[in-house]
Amino acid sequence: MIQCKTSKEISGMGHSMKRKEDVRFLHGKGHYIDDLKLPGMLYMDIARSPYAYAKIKNIDISEAMKVPGVVAVVTGKDLEKYNLHWMPTLMSDTQMVLPTDTVMYQAQEVAAVIATSRYAARDGREAVKVEYEVMKPVIDPFKAMHADAPVLRTDKPGKKDNHIWHWEVGDKAKTEKVFKDAEVVVKQDMYIPRIHVSSIETCGCVADYDKVNNHLTMYMTTQAPHAIRTVIALVAGHVGLSEEKIRVVSPDIGGGFGGKVPVYPGYVIAIAVSFLTGKPVKWIEDRSENLQADSFARDYHITAELAGTRAGKIQATRFKVLADHGYTDASANPSKFHTGLFSIATGSYDYDTAYMEADAVYTNKPPGGVAYRCSFRVTEAVHAIERITDRFAFEIGMDPARLRMKNFIKKEDFPWKSPTGWIYDSGDYHAGLKKAMEAIGYDALRKEQIEKRKKGELMGIGISTFTEIVGAGPSKDFDILGIKMFDSAEIRVHPTGKAIARFGTKSQGQGHETTYAQIIAEELGIPAANIQIEEGDTDTAPYGLGTYASRSTPTAGAAAAVAARKLRDKARKIAAYLLEVSEDDLVWETGKFYVKGAPEKSKTIQEIVFAAYTNHPQGMQAGFEATHYYDPPNLTFPSGAYICVVDIDKETGAIHVRRFVAIDDCGHIINPMIVQGQVHGGLTQGIAPAMYEELIYDEDGNILNGTLMDYLVPTAVESPKWETGHVVTPSPHHPIGAKGVGESPTVGSPPAIVNAIVDALSPYGIKHMDIPVTPFKVWKALKEKGVV
Amino acid sequence: MIPQSFQYESPGTMADAIALLEKHGDEAKILSGGHSLIPMMKLRFATPEYLIDINGIPGLSYIREEKGTVKIGALSREAEIEHSDLLKKHFPIFADVTKLIADPQVRNRGTIGGNLAHGDAANDHPAVMMALQATVIATGSGGSRSIPIDEFFFGFYTTALKQNEILTEIQIPVPPAGTGSAYHKLERKVGDYATAGVAVQLTVDGKGVCKAIGIGLTNVNPIPLRAVRSEQALLGKVINSENIALAAQFASEDCNPSADLRGSEEYKRAMVAVLVKRMVLKAAERAMGK
Repeated sequence: MIQCKTSKEISGMGHSMKRKEDVRFLHGKGHYIDDLKLPGMLYMDIARSPYAYAKIKNIDISEAMKVPGVVAVVTGKDLEKYNLHWMPTLMSDTQMVLPTDTVMYQAQEVAAVIATSRYAARDGREAVKVEYEVMKPVIDPFKAMHADAPVLRTDKPGKKDNHIWHWEVGDKAKTEKVFKDAEVVVKQDMYIPRIHVSSIETCGCVADYDKVNNHLTMYMTTQAPHAIRTVIALVAGHVGLSEEKIRVVSPDIGGGFGGKVPVYPGYVIAIAVSFLTGKPVKWIEDRSENLQADSFARDYHITAELAGTRAGKIQATRFKVLADHGYTDASANPSKFHTGLFSIATGSYDYDTAYMEADAVYTNKPPGGVAYRCSFRVTEAVHAIERITDRFAFEIGMDPARLRMKNFIKKEDFPWKSPTGWIYDSGDYHAGLKKAMEAIGYDALRKEQIEKRKKGELMGIGISTFTEIVGAGPSKDFDILGIKMFDSAEIRVHPTGKAIARFGTKSQGQGHETTYAQIIAEELGIPAANIQIEEGDTDTAPYGLGTYASRSTPTAGAAAAVAARKLRDKARKIAAYLLEVSEDDLVWETGKFYVKGAPEKSKTIQEIVFAAYTNHPQGMQAGFEATHYYDPPNLTFPSGAYICVVDIDKETGAIHVRRFVAIDDCGHIINPMIVQGQVHGGLTQGIAPAMYEELIYDEDGNILNGTLMDYLVPTAVESPKWETGHVVTPSPHHPIGAKGVGESPTVGSPPAIVNAIVDALSPYGIKHMDIPVTPFKVWKALKEKGVV
Repeated sequence: MIPQSFQYESPGTMADAIALLEKHGDEAKILSGGHSLIPMMKLRFATPEYLIDINGIPGLSYIREEKGTVKIGALSREAEIEHSDLLKKHFPIFADVTKLIADPQVRNRGTIGGNLAHGDAANDHPAVMMALQATVIATGSGGSRSIPIDEFFFGFYTTALKQNEILTEIQIPVPPAGTGSAYHKLERKVGDYATAGVAVQLTVDGKGVCKAIGIGLTNVNPIPLRAVRSEQALLGKVINSENIALAAQFASEDCNPSADLRGSEEYKRAMVAVLVKRMVLKAAERAMGK
């Protein structure tokens, strides 16, 4: 049970306060981008390429211009006049806004149709006639690396291959030596498939340029409004847009998961058209465009190796990655490392040697990737280590739980330096796994499994004990275009003791309006219900880098606590003045200061705030406001112990997830109900790639599942009953000891599921399955082994 | 996700609806539940110029028993089929099938008539109606005619309905005592089309001999398929594992599935065999009151 320091009325940390934002959502009063209607607004639709790789010979817009309501058709040649046909990516690569001569992937933007209604824009799009000269695309990333592969990025002078970058970390020589001398080495190729966030709201914007005042208001579905404002100023500065004349507004957002971090071509075209027409331009993607063209996630081909002793001691790991980035590296990766935080792949285990290398390659696929509920490449890393650890346990015939217990970093060894250089801040991995094993009844399940196996029934138990790395991030390791990855809070308390607080982050469903209010309530004793939270408007909110990578609580949440503490310092001064005692004689108790030894002599926070406006000490500034920009000293390292039980229908290959226990350590918990909701959602987004989701392309680069009829996003029906629990080891360097939780379940659950499936199939010599593990794949594997 | 523009008509009588069909010919489509047609229009796979909405025509939604026949009005919603006590009494298969048709929102709107008239072998009711040996009633300007279900499906999205006819009723003979029915489909997730689906209705006598049987297959053939050889493998015979295995084998041989993201042709044939076996057993258990 969580101990609360505040009453339910105040609802500080630990209270399962109902989400403040839900009142408007449940009344249908949420305000999303597509709800916005401005006078004279035009609508945009985008014609897209049916081919993965083709020369554009001609674009005929004449029929489209005849469609009633169509006012313009914009092509790459039009944007070229303003040097807006290409844009930089966050990874210093380049991406087409609209092509002038070549399309590089199926569903790439080719021409934008502007019309007076959404319907006319769609009809206009149908009437745009493009003549293509189709070329043979490069789809397989391994083939793309061949010396004789056609060079895709011919726009880059001197580019002679499809290689983007090489990255490595760790001690190569030492690792090689450990592997050479090791008793047991296991090696496994695995593919972490290309997937899509598929948030319930697609991307969109309304670009509203005011010619008279030379002012742009950009309403858009972005997780990082402030960074976007700066990007627009940097990219569009040459056409006269200056940062003080740009306002970015993120309204309510229906899920982001990383997919609303990138700047997509549609946004830029909408701005350009509004700039040229002087009218507001709305662009809302449809579902298929969102799935087919927006940034993907994952797509890592990994060779994982682990060296250890026959007695079960892990000694070293080695990982080799081939990253398929599509036609440009448009990663939404804010770290200074090409592979983001993949170097967390050493996992939760105590050994001192690892080596990792990665290469990235261009192919004729959509660009990316995004950090889908993952602070960049942590999901891939966790999958690699948790899968290869299970392979190792299987190889030496040791129970995977026992193997993990034997190799965990001990709680007394924190802070712990990983072989790749991270300083893990805190954790108690033994306690987490023990709790998960007790909750699920691990020993009884193993006994049941033995009985089932005698009868030829397929039952499996899978474990994942992962370490996450979130809260980007410390300025030494993170920046976006040079801007450090701090985040901010500004608290303003009104004379009657009610407050408004603004943040540089942006909720997409995480419940910030409640969570932040509870942090401030905890620190100041003002009821959370009386604290209004605002985000998403760059004209009013303090500068921040946005919400993704589970960073809001670690950064902006910390900023809220520190800003509130600044206010408490001021409150102490005012209370001392009002009570006519020295500051040192005052004691803080939630919501009031009282005189040491005389608790009846006290001033409530509301009285103190009122005095800040009406009766403050001479020489003190009036008002009750504070701002803080928080640059985290380290990342936070949430962890989890997940156990999954599956039953498999031998005849059909159908997989039934019977149980799933998730024990998370996200440090101190602010709102248990919100955390549980985050974990449920995250786990469901974990079974998605484990059993359902993958973007599949044929050799011509056609997407084979470009609609939700075939791209299988799991629903409540597919979701098992999640059993959740916690171990709490507070982050020692975070002001309120919180670590962040949004990503953990998505990052940690896929290997638990696939480990369970492989465990079920292991009596037949099956050692690995690539995700998503579908009934067909299971049936095929069993057939190959002669079982069905 | 925006359809091509079209003219919307909402006739109040069957005669008006048929007159509109005759007037607009091939350019018109009937709208009932809309859960197949509207998505196709949004993807612009279907581009009718006239949409004739029959939801405003009274008297097309009912489930009743008359003289040994159960009659289901074409506009009956899947949810009504799912919760009908009359259907539960005679045909446990309807509880099986409706629960597997998409989700509650779709079932509240989607109709049994639309499910059949769409002529899609991936829909679930065609196989069920084959197992139940139903008759479809088509209404045109000259009155109504009966079409046995075996003669209803012609090809990909094509049925025996003429351009100026509307499917108005489904008639199913009430089976004798000792009858059971069952349906199952394998699907990748809720709302998916079947990887394979099998519908079975059979009647057994006191000795366990199969006196009547219908087996329909979902989404493993270009048009809805009745597994005739499988039926013959069991008709007049004792329902035992040997005969069931033969029926399963015949069905897997006689269907003609195509490989897709759900699985290979081989996998689908294997699944047809597994499902025929399981559904025959389940229907037999129900027939024998187990």
